[in-house]
Amino acid sequence: MALKIVKGSIDRMFDKNLQDLVRGIRNHKEDEAKYISTCIDEIKQELKQDNIAVKANAVCKLTYLQMLGYDVSWAAFNIVEVMSSSKFTYKRIGYLAASQCFHEGTDVIMLTTNQIRKDLSSPNQYDTGVALTGLSCFVTPDLARDLANDIMTLMSHTKPYIRKKAVLIMYKVFLKYPESLRPAFPRLKEKLEDPDPGVQSAAVNVICELARRNPKNYLSLAPLFFKLMTSSTNNWVLIKIIKLFGALTPLEPRLGKKLIEPLTNLIHSTSAMSLLYECVNTVIAVLISLSSGMPNHSASIQLCVQKLRILIEDSDQNLKYLGLLAMSKILKTHPKSVQSHKDLILQCLDDKDESIRLRALDLLYGMVSKKNLMEIVKKLMLHVDKAEGTTYRDELLTKIIDICSQSNYQYITNFEWYISILVELTRLEGTRHGHLIASQMLDVAIRVKAIRGFAVAQMATLLDNAHLLTGNTQRNGICEVLYAAAWICGEFSEHLEDPMQTLEAMLRPKVATLPGHIQAVYVQNAAKLFATVLQKHEGETDSQAAQETSQLLIDRLPLFVQSANLEVQERASCILQLVKYIQKLQQKNVEVAEEVTALFAGELNPVAPKAQKKVPIPEGLDLDAWINEPPSESESEDEKPKVVFAKEEPKHYRSRHTEVDEKELARRREVRKQEQANNPFYIKASPSSQKVYDAPGVEHIPVVQIDLSVPLKVPGMPMSDQYLKLEEERRQKEKAERKKKEKKKKREKRGKGRKADSGPESEEDITPAHQVDIVTEEMPENALPSDDDDKDPNDPHKALDIDLDKPLADSEKLPVRTHRPEVLKSPAEDRDSKSVPQETKKKSSKEKKEKKKDKEKDRKQIKPTVHWFPVQKSSKHKKKKQKKEKEEKEKKKKKRHHHHHHHGDAGGEDSVQNGTVEEEEPLPPMSNYSLLAENSYIKMVYDIQGNHQDESKVVVSVIFENKSDSFLKSMEFNVLDSLNSKLQRPEGAGPHDGLTVPFQLPPGVSNEARFVFSVQSIVMPQKLKGTLTFIVKSDESSTHEKLDFKLHFTCTSYLITTPCYSDAYAKLLESGDLKGSSLRLEGINMPFHHLLARICFHHHFSVVERIDSCASMYSRSIQGHHVCLLVKTSDQTVSIDAKCDEPSLLGNVLDEIKQTFSKC
Amino acid sequence: MQFMLLFSRQGKLRLQKWYVPLSDKEKKKITRELVQTVLARKPKMCSFLEWRDLKIVYKRYASLYFCCAIEDQDNELITLEIIHRYVELLDKYFGSVCELDIIFNFEKAYFILDEFLLGGEAQETSKKNVLKAIEQADLLQENNNTSCSMGLLLS
Repeated sequence: MALKIVKGSIDRMFDKNLQDLVRGIRNHKEDEAKYISTCIDEIKQELKQDNIAVKANAVCKLTYLQMLGYDVSWAAFNIVEVMSSSKFTYKRIGYLAASQCFHEGTDVIMLTTNQIRKDLSSPNQYDTGVALTGLSCFVTPDLARDLANDIMTLMSHTKPYIRKKAVLIMYKVFLKYPESLRPAFPRLKEKLEDPDPGVQSAAVNVICELARRNPKNYLSLAPLFFKLMTSSTNNWVLIKIIKLFGALTPLEPRLGKKLIEPLTNLIHSTSAMSLLYECVNTVIAVLISLSSGMPNHSASIQLCVQKLRILIEDSDQNLKYLGLLAMSKILKTHPKSVQSHKDLILQCLDDKDESIRLRALDLLYGMVSKKNLMEIVKKLMLHVDKAEGTTYRDELLTKIIDICSQSNYQYITNFEWYISILVELTRLEGTRHGHLIASQMLDVAIRVKAIRGFAVAQMATLLDNAHLLTGNTQRNGICEVLYAAAWICGEFSEHLEDPMQTLEAMLRPKVATLPGHIQAVYVQNAAKLFATVLQKHEGETDSQAAQETSQLLIDRLPLFVQSANLEVQERASCILQLVKYIQKLQQKNVEVAEEVTALFAGELNPVAPKAQKKVPIPEGLDLDAWINEPPSESESEDEKPKVVFAKEEPKHYRSRHTEVDEKELARRREVRKQEQANNPFYIKASPSSQKVYDAPGVEHIPVVQIDLSVPLKVPGMPMSDQYLKLEEERRQKEKAERKKKEKKKKREKRGKGRKADSGPESEEDITPAHQVDIVTEEMPENALPSDDDDKDPNDPHKALDIDLDKPLADSEKLPVRTHRPEVLKSPAEDRDSKSVPQETKKKSSKEKKEKKKDKEKDRKQIKPTVHWFPVQKSSKHKKKKQKKEKEEKEKKKKKRHHHHHHHGDAGGEDSVQNGTVEEEEPLPPMSNYSLLAENSYIKMVYDIQGNHQDESKVVVSVIFENKSDSFLKSMEFNVLDSLNSKLQRPEGAGPHDGLTVPFQLPPGVSNEARFVFSVQSIVMPQKLKGTLTFIVKSDESSTHEKLDFKLHFTCTSYLITTPCYSDAYAKLLESGDLKGSSLRLEGINMPFHHLLARICFHHHFSVVERIDSCASMYSRSIQGHHVCLLVKTSDQTVSIDAKCDEPSLLGNVLDEIKQTFSKC
Repeated sequence: MQFMLLFSRQGKLRLQKWYVPLSDKEKKKITRELVQTVLARKPKMCSFLEWRDLKIVYKRYASLYFCCAIEDQDNELITLEIIHRYVELLDKYFGSVCELDIIFNFEKAYFILDEFLLGGEAQETSKKNVLKAIEQADLLQENNNTSCSMGLLLS
């Protein structure tokens, strides 16, 4: 009660807490900005105070304001201050503020490195927790580099709470600092088998995320994940693993085959929709990757499609949506299985949810075939009519066009039908896709020669009824189709039935209301039409009509000459002058038609959009070189004003130009053609495509013999539906005919003994109504096949494409914080290190005090020594502690002394000795792989690992490295078995047969192979003799070589890193089943945590607890023996007390530990 | 997961958590755009939408929209599950949570989220464990607070 009062009064001391702020903002809805600006002023005052509680309160308020969108970057330093508070309450707020407000550009982040490091190593797990959480949000490349090692150490923390966070944050570290991936990966891999399910799932998460981006580096983990998948019951983990397999299978199809069964089992058994969905997705991915090799998985596909159908039929919109989404993936490889559910998908088009309708549309895109295109499009057209809201209707429109035009109009059998569809689409009001329709019209008319007649007729109708389309003249509106219509009618005017009428339609005064670019096309094509009309009249020697036509143009064109649009104006005045001149000639009875037509002679070929880009740069052409000497700067400045006064000249020029007579024009054109022909950079019709046009038949194979598909002469708008009917009739007729033919053929073929195909109508059987020739777009000669500019060079995951199976090199160790910076540094590091030592100095005295407190607290909590000496009484215990503290102080002094000493004379030595002051000193790089054998061709290093699952097996991983310049192949690995240890050979192999190494080695390449050995007793170390035989193949010769080796199975290799809880550890020691032994190591001058790390790493132990210079460690053998160590150090002497239920195993392990340290 | 947003039916942002580094300007733009898009959707529509090259998963609980952005490969249903879990956690912690709880205790809402998700990945799938961690951290905070007030009194 008293406390509450105290707290209340203190709260009042703060000017305004968060709640007050929120309330205030809600009460000042009208003048929020003003209110908040006064609040910010208050906050600024609060931040100036020394009281950390006030500051934290201010920062908390700022975090809230930041969310409302106010800039709080000015308070970044205050946030760091609050983060550095020793009180968890404030630290928590500080880190929260930092995680919300900091980003890569925040410069004070640099200052936080040391604070974060301190928090990471805090004895309070929640301090560490908030630091990790915060770091996950604002980690920068610098922070990642500096803290990678600290976080990596935390992955083996005793508390699963910390381990789990540390493992997850490693992913962010990898992204920011890819170099850390390889050194940290072995430990990350270990965490896959962590006893805590949370840590395990975190490790699965991280590795899955990594592997999804760069799957090929993680293939070797497949067996482990397979095991996890079949054993785990946690759906969250399962989903991740299954997703991972989805990424791996495309690289290793054999894996896919193995996966199908467990996945289908899961699909059958699981009730969790999320898992089911993931399984289905992965099965689809697997089947896609298998589809080339194994066609017979129709059962699985059937199962998936069935399950998806259930999803789609579900009333839950979410499931429906996902079902359709997954269906579209199956569609790509197994279209037939999906096509049978066409009814269901068409139903979804009626769904009230637009996103579901769009998904269904996507599916339809892939489901069309020659057979059903017309039917599907008809359905879609119905929906277009019904659709509410322009967005969805526009989406439908684009989909219809996509569906029809996909893969070069592959599914269109009747282009008249398609033109009719396009024309019908022009009736949509308010669409934004006029341009799309227009470009389709142009494309079809240009590329499908046989359709031009029909297209021109339709376009002429459109032009005639232009008033229907001009309601919406906004950009990209439907009036855009007039652009196409005018151009088609002009360019292919020879197909026009009544060119005069169209000409008249194009020169109506209403045209002037259209957008400028469309008017321009109108004017230009009116000229083309004019040429056609002239020719027609002169052919009929009807000079009267010809002159009337000229008069029409002369009457109508001035409207366009006055146009505000420059393009229209220019073209119109040009053509007007031309027509006037023609009229003069006509009055003299000169025949002009031929020359006028010559203006528009020649055919325009479609050019691929990328053609210009793909013209290869000829050799010797330097595009950056100056053609002429660049003008000097002063000159260009002088010239500028002149341009202003030169306005009149162009006009002059133009009038002269139009007066040039036709012959001169023709002559010039000839000259230009000649020039172009000789100009290698001018894109001209290539001879090959020219051939297409000249080929006999294209022009003449018009419209088949069947009368039914002759263009429908429907006045006004065409009806695409009628085509559908006709098409069906035509197909039936064809079918009947074909049957007749087949019968005949059968009779003929029977003699030859070949089976004729008489199955159901297949795609190929459907012949197009028109013999169409879809002209391909032109490309320049020597065009490059494809440009891969699709990849995003900024993808952060690209940097993580790192081979993880290669053993670690010394150069790859994580950067460590050295006490005195090395000589060679990058500027960035320099900056960092300058600010760091100052900070530490400032705080060092405070820190020490805090640390002491913490240590005492720690001891009260954990009491590790109690486990070890359960009989000891507490009074003794205390004394011992005090003694130890003293020892420690002394040790510290000595260590410092050492440190100086080292700097004095041993600067060049490795980093272990280089500045060893604090325990946080990072680890030197270590590798578990030791040399097996080596000669001039090949080097073998190996590592032995056991696992808990099988107590009599160990796996020997051998890395073979080709050191020669030759190719190494046919490698065979053989070992002389002993009674105790045997190499596992495949069934059927004799006991002395070697195992083939499953790869070959090109020069300089290394690769890893695994061999399984069975062992009976693990209490003794053992050496097995073996031989590697291989063939060295160089250009000239190939020789047989061999290399003998001795595989050393140490007792350590039978131990598996197994974390142990301290209470379980205590129980184990109290049980009294364990026998003791001990070991003393002299002259060890490495930091204690290095020592522990070495034992952990080389001998597969894990630290149970560590207090100062004393640590308890645990490991377990593959056969379940417990091995416990108590490691103490003082004054270069390390004593290890060990206990194990198998004394001889223990003795050997201790010997091996001794050896490890004698080496260094 | 790339980010999580909580906003009200009126379009007011209540909580934001970004797991990818973005500038403030970009964040604001994304928020504005997404709030608009999601609020414009009709209640009967499904919870997923494609947005830029991401997938948006959202769900409405009372007056609050919970909205997550995930990548193309990610599982939409498990993301819905994550949202639901988070709501359950808030509910347990505040005792039938309402929008005001989150407004007035927004830092608590963040702490809970941070215990549940880290770097955009679910770190703890057990609700009990998350709440336990939060409770213990809160306890630590309480202790801190009282000792702090005592300290102030003494000085």
